[in-house]
Amino acid sequence: MTNLSSTEQPFVAAFDAARPGLPGAGLGWLATLRETGIARFKALGLPTPKLEAWKYTRLRPLEDTRYRPVTDADGRATVDVVPSILADGKDGPRLVFVNGRLNEELSSRRGLPKGVRVQCLRDALTADAGWVEKHLAGIGKADGQSLLALNTAMMDSGLVFRVARGVVVEQPIEVVFIGGLTAHPVAYFPRNLIALENGAEATLVTHHAGAGVGAYLANAVTEVAVGRGASFRHYRVQAESRDATHLSTTHVRVGRDASYENFTLAIGGRLSRNEITVRLEGEGGYCSVNGAYLMRGSEHCDNTTLIEHLVPRTTCREVFKGVLDDESRAVFQGRIVVHKDAQKTDGHQLCKALLLSTGAEIDAKPELEIYADDVKCSHGATTGQLDETALFYLRSRGVPEALARNLLVQSFLGEALDEITSEEVRQALTDKIVHALPAVCYLAEEWKTG
Amino acid sequence: MAKKIPMLEIKNLHVSVGGKEILKGLDLSIGTGEIHAIMGPNGSGKSTLSNVIAGRQGYEITGGRIVYKGEDLTGMEPEIRAAKGIFLAFQYPVEIPGVANTTFLKEAVNAIRRYRGEAELDAMQFLKLMRQKTKDLGISEDMLKRAVNVGFSGGEKKRNEILQMAILNPTLAVLDETDSGLDIDALKIVAAGVNSLRSPQRSTLIITHYQRLLDYIVPDQVHVLAKGKIQRSGGKELALELEKKGYAEFGEAAA
Repeated sequence: MTNLSSTEQPFVAAFDAARPGLPGAGLGWLATLRETGIARFKALGLPTPKLEAWKYTRLRPLEDTRYRPVTDADGRATVDVVPSILADGKDGPRLVFVNGRLNEELSSRRGLPKGVRVQCLRDALTADAGWVEKHLAGIGKADGQSLLALNTAMMDSGLVFRVARGVVVEQPIEVVFIGGLTAHPVAYFPRNLIALENGAEATLVTHHAGAGVGAYLANAVTEVAVGRGASFRHYRVQAESRDATHLSTTHVRVGRDASYENFTLAIGGRLSRNEITVRLEGEGGYCSVNGAYLMRGSEHCDNTTLIEHLVPRTTCREVFKGVLDDESRAVFQGRIVVHKDAQKTDGHQLCKALLLSTGAEIDAKPELEIYADDVKCSHGATTGQLDETALFYLRSRGVPEALARNLLVQSFLGEALDEITSEEVRQALTDKIVHALPAVCYLAEEWKTG
Repeated sequence: MAKKIPMLEIKNLHVSVGGKEILKGLDLSIGTGEIHAIMGPNGSGKSTLSNVIAGRQGYEITGGRIVYKGEDLTGMEPEIRAAKGIFLAFQYPVEIPGVANTTFLKEAVNAIRRYRGEAELDAMQFLKLMRQKTKDLGISEDMLKRAVNVGFSGGEKKRNEILQMAILNPTLAVLDETDSGLDIDALKIVAAGVNSLRSPQRSTLIITHYQRLLDYIVPDQVHVLAKGKIQRSGGKELALELEKKGYAEFGEAAA
């Protein structure tokens, strides 16, 4: 066992203190799982830039902030407005988590088709313990991932989303996670389990929003199984508050002829790391893993992806585009591994960043690892500035510079948003970007002096 | 009677780009309602002149003045010039993926209206204006729904420039090599668009390498720009003469 640092110790102490009150405390298998998790965390410690995979991202908020685990009382914080990105968010099926706890009053299961289950992990541990036991930690293996191990020890809630065999859900389902509503910094550890049985189809939007000004740490793990011939569209909006730390680890298994589409829009959060691993395990499997980000101030956004082609005839698409202003920083680490047997793999990766200020920085590390000989793979990464000619073109038509910049940023991110196959979600995310752009002043007087 | 102020008065203009002097004492005066053509060989400073009138960054005025309706334009932002009625039709219109042509035009029209203290057009009023202008210019409404200039043919791009001009209704229009890259049919359509916008209140400056555009848009005056200066001015017959003789007499090889 390594010697734990003063940053790591509080998490271990928090686990020891919280253990008796964690959900499913009476379940032996879960207690064992948690023990394995904390042991793994103690052995690995928190990731530091000394690790190759964490070279560009330092977990500074964990060093300078003392978080306490959330309590049930935190989950009862008053929420004035639930941010919803879907037009019928209020009426459609929607779950709302407040400070990491499901808030039934704000949630609705209205219109949820038969064969679809949307519940909170706590309830699932009571109602469907057998199913949870079978699925939990089945996909998300701790191995070298200490944040995942810590989540396994501390998991206190989360979303369970299940779609039965052959059930097709047309309407996107939204799950909102609201943070920032506590006076003291809190940490929560959502564990989300998603399973689409063979032939099922569904669209899920998880919306991570900061409603208050409090600092918080979300260390989430999501495990996704997409069954044979199933199709899952998994969209995420990260609009966390300025002092939030958003750590998300997702593991996905894609079966034969199945399709998995992921899109993450990141527009807020002091520090975020969205790490996703997709295993294409069945022939004909497809995944697209995409994202757009818009960072400012001293925000830091890390997208780390690993796509594993394990069998013949699988396809992946990856498009990440981001815009960085002020002193913000982004990291893109995209690794595609084509295993020995994965002949006829078709893989394409693209990563583009736009730097709006000289203080902004992007570290991009695209990696292709190919062990098969009959494959079609490509990748590309570019970094640039706003096109001066395009800016002049817009301004020469009377568009004020600030608005011209916004339009060009929108235009730039649009190429990534085009990857979203749900028209409704694409529009909602486009609107989200428009609202996240700096306000434009139209007053003629200010223009003149500005 | 008060002395009539010209629409555009350029006096002894010196402009450098990247430290290199391109315009070396250019003089030009365009009266209200007039159409002037500037012809010249490649590298004579034609595009520099159009960019500096529209206010593009990177064009440093080292001497002289550009006066528009009695006001010195030096240091004025391009969007303010647009709001005051200056329009530049680009030689190479820029493609802007993901921004619909209508969105772009609506932002432009309303920005200018706000600047002038006029009420913004709502969606219906704007649509009505667009329908009218596209009909006048024979432009398909499909072009409006597409992203700005993305996937447009050369002719469509230039027609889109004329549409923007029609909608923004400038008092000084500068057409920078609008004829370049157009076949004769496209050229006729663009010329017809410009002619339909002829008005006693509007002045137009046509910048071109070739005479053929001037067969369709007949100018009041023609100027020859070479070596950064206006070398000669005359009536429309000067264009025909240049077409025959080339620019050799101005010390530049015919292109």
